[in-house]
Amino acid sequence: MTRKQRRLTLIGAALSVIALALGLVLFAMRDTIVFFHGPTDIAEKGVRPGTRFRLGGLVKEGSVVRGEGQSVRFEVTDTNRSVLVRYTGLLPDLFREGQGVVAEGVLEPSGDFRADSVLAKHDETYMPREVADTLKKQGVWQGEGSRR
Amino acid sequence: MIVEIGHFALALALGLSLVQCALPLWGARMRDPALMGIATPAALGAFLCVAVAFAALTLAYVQSDFSVLNVVENSHSTQPLLYRFTSVWGNHEGSMLLWVLILTLFGALVALSRRSLPERLRANALAAQGAIAIAFLAFILVTSNPFARVTPAPFEGQDLNPILQDLGLAIHPPLLYLGYVGFSISFAFAAAALIEGRIDAVWARAVRPWTLTAWLFLTLGIAMGSYWAYYELGWGGWWFWDPVENASLMPWLAGTALLHSTIVMEKRDALKVWTVLLAILTFSLSLLGTFLVRSGVLTSVHAFATDPARGVFILAILVAFIGGSLALFAWRAPMLKPGGLFAPVSREGALVLNNLLLASACATVFIGTLYPLALEALTGDKISVGEPFFNATFLPIVVPLLAVLPLGQSLAWKRGDLLGTAERLFAAFALALAATLAAVAFAEGGPVVAVLGLALGFFLVAGSLADIVNRSWTRGMPLATAWRRARGLPRSAWGMAVAHAAVGLVAIGIAAQAWSTETLAVMKPGEVAAAGPYQLRLDAVLPRTGPNYREDVARFSVMRHGETVGTVEAMKRLYVTRGMPTTEAGIMTRGPSQLYVSLGEPQPGGGLGVRFYWKPYVLLIWGGALFMAAGGALSLTDRRLRVGAPARARAAALPAATPAE
Repeated sequence: MTRKQRRLTLIGAALSVIALALGLVLFAMRDTIVFFHGPTDIAEKGVRPGTRFRLGGLVKEGSVVRGEGQSVRFEVTDTNRSVLVRYTGLLPDLFREGQGVVAEGVLEPSGDFRADSVLAKHDETYMPREVADTLKKQGVWQGEGSRR
Repeated sequence: MIVEIGHFALALALGLSLVQCALPLWGARMRDPALMGIATPAALGAFLCVAVAFAALTLAYVQSDFSVLNVVENSHSTQPLLYRFTSVWGNHEGSMLLWVLILTLFGALVALSRRSLPERLRANALAAQGAIAIAFLAFILVTSNPFARVTPAPFEGQDLNPILQDLGLAIHPPLLYLGYVGFSISFAFAAAALIEGRIDAVWARAVRPWTLTAWLFLTLGIAMGSYWAYYELGWGGWWFWDPVENASLMPWLAGTALLHSTIVMEKRDALKVWTVLLAILTFSLSLLGTFLVRSGVLTSVHAFATDPARGVFILAILVAFIGGSLALFAWRAPMLKPGGLFAPVSREGALVLNNLLLASACATVFIGTLYPLALEALTGDKISVGEPFFNATFLPIVVPLLAVLPLGQSLAWKRGDLLGTAERLFAAFALALAATLAAVAFAEGGPVVAVLGLALGFFLVAGSLADIVNRSWTRGMPLATAWRRARGLPRSAWGMAVAHAAVGLVAIGIAAQAWSTETLAVMKPGEVAAAGPYQLRLDAVLPRTGPNYREDVARFSVMRHGETVGTVEAMKRLYVTRGMPTTEAGIMTRGPSQLYVSLGEPQPGGGLGVRFYWKPYVLLIWGGALFMAAGGALSLTDRRLRVGAPARARAAALPAATPAE
C-alpha cells in the first residue's frame, strides 16, 4: 500500500465510524426520548393519550388509595390541575403525601396516567428539578432547603 | 485553633501552587535549572499543606466539633466513628477538599518520581498541574470553605445523609477521585508537550504509568459506585444511565482509548497528535464530570449541592481549562512532528479502530447526557434520556469493539496477517461456542441478545487465553517448556490478557441478567414466595434500634428443594435525626449469584410488600471490573515501566531513542 492509500484507509475508517455513531444517535433521538410534563402542561399542550412521558408534581394530600396486591392510586398536582395516577409495585422510600414525585408511564384515553415507574428521590430536602420548575410556574414554590 | 490552622494551610497551599505554576514555567522558557528546580519543593509543599488542611477537617469530624458549620450540617455525635470519619467527604466542601488533596498528591508523586525525565518536560508538567491546583484551591477558599465557624455552636449536628452512611461511601469517592484526578497528570504532560512543541516516545513512556494508574482507580471507583447503588438504593439495578454515572463513564472511555493510543505511540512513534488531544479530552471530561456533579445542574440522585455561585465558578474553571488547552492544542499541535503511518491490518491499525470506537461510544454518552440540558436551555422542553437511548446507541458501538478485540489482541505489530490470526483464534472461537451452547442448554433457552452477549463474553475470555497460549506454546512443544515460557512473558502481556478476559467476564455477567427474575409479593409471617430456584419464607418482622436509627427487620428463611440453606434479613430504616426512611436490601450470595430482597410498605390487609430478585452470576459484573483493574496493576509492575527510561547519560546522548522492544 502506498502512503496515500494508507492515509485514505485511516480517514475512511474514521469517517464511517463517526457516520455510524451519528446515525445511531439521530435514529435513537426519534423514539427513545421521553418528555416531561406537569399536570397543567397536559391540558395546555394537548398531550395525546398513548404518549409516553414523565409526569411530575406533588402527591395530593389525602389522595393515596392502596388497593389489592401492591397497586396504588394517587393524584399528582401542581396545585392548578391534578392527574390521577395508577401504579403497581413498590413505592420509593420518600413517597409521601404533599411531597414531590416523578412518575413515568402512559396517558390513557380516560385522562388517567398509568405509571410503570415512580422515581425514587433519596434526599428529603431534594426536590426533583422538574417538579420545582412546575411549581414555580404555578407560583407556589416555597424555596429550597426547608428541612422538616 | 486546629480548624484555623487547616484554613491557613489551605491558603498557603494556594500560594505554593502559584509558585509551582509560575516559576518553573518561566524557568523552562529561560532554560534556568534553578527556577525549574523549584517545581519539586513547591509541589511537595502544596501537598503537605493540603494534607494538613484535610487532617484538620478530619479531626473536627472525628471529635464532633460542632462549632464548624460543615460538621454541624453533616455529622452527628451518635454516628459510628467510621461514618464520622467518612462524613468528611460525604458533603460538597469536604469532597472538594479530597479532590484537591488527591490532585496535589499526584503532583507530589510526579515531583518525587525518580524516573529520569527531560527536565523541561517535568517543569512544564508540574507547572500545568499547579495551574489546576490554583483553580480548585481558589474555588474551595472562595465558594466552599469547609472551615467556616458557626456561633453559637449547636449541641448536636444534623447527621449525614443516611444513604451515605455506608461502607461504600468510605471507598467509592476516594477511588473515583484517584481516577478522575489522576488523569490530570496525563493532561499536564500533554500541556507540557504542547508548550515545548516536542513529543516523542520518551513522553509516552513517562505518561503511560500515570494514565494506567488513574485508569485502574477509575475502573475500581465506577465498579464500587455501581455496587453501592445496587445494594443501597434497593432497586436491584446496577447501572441507571444516570447523568452522574455517565459523568464517570465518559472519562473512563476516553481514558481507555488514551491508554491504548499511548501504547502505539510508545512502540511505533505514531498517533502523537491524537494522543495529546485524547489526554486533553480525558481530563476535560473529568472536569466536566466534576462540574455536572458539583454544580447541581442535573436532576439526579447524586445532586446534593445546589448553589449557583459554585456552579458558575466551576463552569469558569471548565471553560478556562478546556478552552485554554484546546487553544494551546490548535496553536502548537501543527508544530509537533507527525508520526508515521502504518498498515491498516496490524496491531496499531486495530488499536486505531479501538480508539475510534471508544471515542464514538464516549461521544454518544456525551450527547445523551448533555442534550437534555442543552434542549432545556434553548427551548424549555424537558426530556429524559435513559436506557432505551443508550441501548440504541452505545451498545451497537461497543459490541463490535468487543467482538474484534480478541483479533486485534493477537495481531502482530507493523504488518499483521488477518487470516493467520483468525486461524490461531479458531480454538478460542470453538471453545466460546461450546461454552455458550452449554450455558444455553443449562438455562433452557433465553433471549437471543443475551445469548449473543454470553458468546461474546466467552470469546473474549477464550481469546485472551489463546493469546497467552499462542505466545508461549507451539505445536509439539512439551508442556513444561510452554509453562516456563508463559511465566517468562512480560507482565504487561499478562496484564493485557487478564484485563481483556475481565471485559469478557463483565459481558457474561451483564448478559446473564437476562435470566434474572423479579417477584412482587405481599407476605404475612409464615408465608412462602419463590425467587428463581429458591423459596423464601417470611419468619418474622422485628423492630430493632441502631446507633442513630430505628428499623424494622424482616427475616426470611431461604430454602431450596425444601431444605433451608440460610437466612436473609431486609430492613426498613428510619434515621431519627433527619426523619428520613431508607430501605436496606437483604442480599444472600450463592457463588457468583445473588438473592436480593427489598421491603416495601405494609399493606392495608396486614401483609408486607416485598420484592425479590434472583440475579444469576451478577457478581461477575463487579468481579470482572476488579480483574480489569488487576490486569492494569499487573501491567504497571512490568519491568519496563518500573525500571523506566534509559539512564540519564544515555538519554542525553540519544534524546529521541525509541525504547527497545
